[in-house]
Amino acid sequence: MKNLRKVLCVTMAAAMTTALALPAAVFADDTFHIGMIGPITGAAAIYGSAVANAGQLAVDEINEAGGIAGFQVEYTAEDDEHDAEKSVNAYNSLKDKGMQMLLGTVTSAPCIAVEAEAAADNMFLLTPSGTAVECIQAGDNAFRVCFSDPAQGTAAAQYIGEHGLAEKVGVLYNSSDVYSTGVYATFRAEAENQPFEIVEDQSFTDDSNKDFSTQLLAFKDAGCELIFVPFYYDPAYLVLGQAADMGLETKWFGVDGMDGILSVENFDTSLAEDVMLLTPFSVSAEDELTQNFVAKYKEAYGEEPNQFAADAYDGVYIMKQAIEQAGVTPDMSYSEICDALKTAMTEIEFTGVTGTITWDASGEPTKAPMAVVIKNGAYELMD
Amino acid sequence: MKNKKFRSNLITYGIVIAAFVIVQALQNAGRLSSLMTGMLVPICVYVVLAVSLNLVVGISGELSLGHAGFMCAGAFSGALFTNIVKENLTIGPLRLVLAMLIGSAVAALFGLAIGIPVLRLKGDYLAIVTLAFGEIIKNVMNIFFIGQDSNGFHFSTKDQFSLNMEPGGKVLLSGPMGITGTPKDATFLAGVILILVTLFVVLNLMDSRTGRAIMAIRDNRIAAESIGLNIMKHKLLAFTVSAALAGAAGSLYAHNLATLQAKKFDYNFSILALVFVVLGGIGNIRGSVIAAIVLTALPEMLRGLSNYRMLIYSVILIAMMLFTWAPRVLEWRERHFGRFLGKKIKEVE
Repeated sequence: MKNLRKVLCVTMAAAMTTALALPAAVFADDTFHIGMIGPITGAAAIYGSAVANAGQLAVDEINEAGGIAGFQVEYTAEDDEHDAEKSVNAYNSLKDKGMQMLLGTVTSAPCIAVEAEAAADNMFLLTPSGTAVECIQAGDNAFRVCFSDPAQGTAAAQYIGEHGLAEKVGVLYNSSDVYSTGVYATFRAEAENQPFEIVEDQSFTDDSNKDFSTQLLAFKDAGCELIFVPFYYDPAYLVLGQAADMGLETKWFGVDGMDGILSVENFDTSLAEDVMLLTPFSVSAEDELTQNFVAKYKEAYGEEPNQFAADAYDGVYIMKQAIEQAGVTPDMSYSEICDALKTAMTEIEFTGVTGTITWDASGEPTKAPMAVVIKNGAYELMD
Repeated sequence: MKNKKFRSNLITYGIVIAAFVIVQALQNAGRLSSLMTGMLVPICVYVVLAVSLNLVVGISGELSLGHAGFMCAGAFSGALFTNIVKENLTIGPLRLVLAMLIGSAVAALFGLAIGIPVLRLKGDYLAIVTLAFGEIIKNVMNIFFIGQDSNGFHFSTKDQFSLNMEPGGKVLLSGPMGITGTPKDATFLAGVILILVTLFVVLNLMDSRTGRAIMAIRDNRIAAESIGLNIMKHKLLAFTVSAALAGAAGSLYAHNLATLQAKKFDYNFSILALVFVVLGGIGNIRGSVIAAIVLTALPEMLRGLSNYRMLIYSVILIAMMLFTWAPRVLEWRERHFGRFLGKKIKEVE
C-alpha cells in the first residue's frame, strides 16, 4: 500500500509539474484579446450565457466589419459558476492565455474578488452587469455598463415619487441576496426625501422563496398601493401568481432583475400586466440599433436577448470606441492598454442598445433610467 | 513499530516541503502560470480542511457533515478582526497570524458548543445534526450586520439601517454581502506553514495516548468504556481540535479573496471536504493531503475542455472511489501489486 502510494505520489508530482510548467499561450501581436468571465454553468447560468453569447455576437460583427482600427479581435469566455474563488481562477487562466481587456465579471460577488486582482495587475475591467458598488472600487481600472445598486434604488424611489404612483409603499426583498439588499438599502434611504411612505417591508431568503403568503398578507393588511420588488424574475413570477390568487390588488414596481419575466415558461403573462420596471433595455424598442441586435441575437441563439445580453453587447462596442479613442495597438501590454483606456473612457460618449452613456473617473456610468410598463405581454415605454 | 510510524510521518512532511520547494523554484524561474499561482493558497486551505476533517471522520470515526460551518466561523471572525485593525496594524504576516489564531479559537468554541449535545448521537443521526448545525452557522452569518463608528460597534440582524450608525461609520459585515475589502495577506508560505502545523498536530495526536484512546473508542466503544475511558471527553477533544484547524483554514481562505460570503459555506462545501477525505482514504492523513491537492487542481486544469470538465471530473471521482474502496479492485491490486504491497492491503482491510 505504501509503495503504491509512493508510485502514485511520484506520478502525481510529475503530472502536476508538467501542468505547472506549461508555457503560457502566446497570441499573435495583431489581435486584441478580450476575456470574459461569468457563470456559464450553475444556478446563475442564464446571465453568464447571455453575456458570453452577446459578447461573441458583437466581436463577430466587429471582425466582419474589419476589426478595431484594422486589428481583429479574439474573444474567450471562461466559466466561474457564480463563485468568487472560481472567478479568480478563471481570471488567472485568461491572463495565461494573453488577455488584454476583461469584459466581466457578470455577477457582483465574484466581480469584487476579480476586481481586487485586476486592480493589482492594472488590467482594464469593464463589467457589463456587476451592480454592487464595490465591483469597481478597488482601483481606477474598472468601469461599468449597467447602473449600480444604489443608482437603481435611488432612481426607482425618485421615479415613484415624481410620478405620484403611490403614497403607501411596501417593499419585498431577498435578504440573502447581495443585489436585492443593495437596491433595497438605497431605495429606503431615498424614500425619506420622497412624498411617499414605506409602510411595510418584508423579506425572504433563497431557502424560502416558494411561498410568499405571509409577506403578501402583511402588505394587504398594511394597505399598500404599490409594492417595490427589487429581485430577480425567478421568484417574482411566483409572487405575482400568489398575489393574484389572494386577490391582492396593487401596483408592482421592479428593477432590472425583473427583466425576463415575460419569457418564463408556462407563466401566464396576464399576471404581469401593468407591472412597472426600470430597465436599461427593451427588446421592443424601435431604434435601428436595438432592432438589429435583437434580430441577430434571435437568429444566432434562438431566443430574445435579455438585459444582460444587451449590456455585454454594448460592453464590447464600448471597448471598441475607447480603443479607437486611445489609439492603442495589440502589441502593447495589458497594463499600457489599461492606462490608455482609463483616460479614453472618460472622454467618450457611447450610444448603444442600453442608451447613451458617459463615464467619469470613478467608473460609474451616467445615463437616463428608462421605465417600462408591461401591456398585453410586451414592454411599453413610460414617460 | 514506533520507528516505522515515525518514518511514515517524515515522508508526509517531506512531501509537503518538497512540493513547496519545487513550486517556489518554478515561481522564481517564472515558469508558474498565473492560474497555478492563484490556486496555491486555496489548495493549502483545502488540504488543511481535509486533514482536519479526517481527524473526525477517520480517527474519531464520526461522520460529520457540517465542517464548512466551522470554516465559515473561522473565516468570518478572522476577516472581521483584520478589517477592524487594518488601519492600525499594517504588518501583513502578523495580522494574518493573529487572524488565524482568532479564527481557530472562535471555530473551536463553536465546535465545543455544538459537540457537547451532538456527539451523544451516533451514525446517521450525528450526520444529520452536524449538517443542520453547519447550515445554521451559515444562515446566522448571512443575517448579521456589524458596523463600527466613533461610538464603538453596532449589531443588527435586520438591515444596515438598524445599525443606527453616525455618518461616516463603516459597515464591517453586511449580511448576505458578507465582508468585502479584506487585505490579501494570505501567502503560499503561510499556507504551507499552516499545513505543517496541522499535520504536526494531527499526526502527533494520533500517536499519543489520547489518540490511541480515541481510536479505541472508534473501534469498540463498549470495550473502551469498560476499561474506564471517558468517551465524551475524547470525542469532544477530537471534534474541537478538528473545528479549530478548520477555523484556521477558513481564516486563511478569507485573507485570499477580497470578498467573503456565507453562501459559499453551504452543505455542498462540507460534502466536498468529505469527498477529499473519503477518496484519500478514511483515516489516512497523507491520502487526504494528496486527494485535496488533486481534486482542487483538477477542475481548473481541465478548463480547456469547457463544459466537458464537469463530466470528466465526475468520472474521475467515480474511478478514484472504485480504486480506493471496491473489494474487487482491492483484490486485483493485491494480485498485481501484491509483491510491493505484501500484507499491507490485508492489514487495511
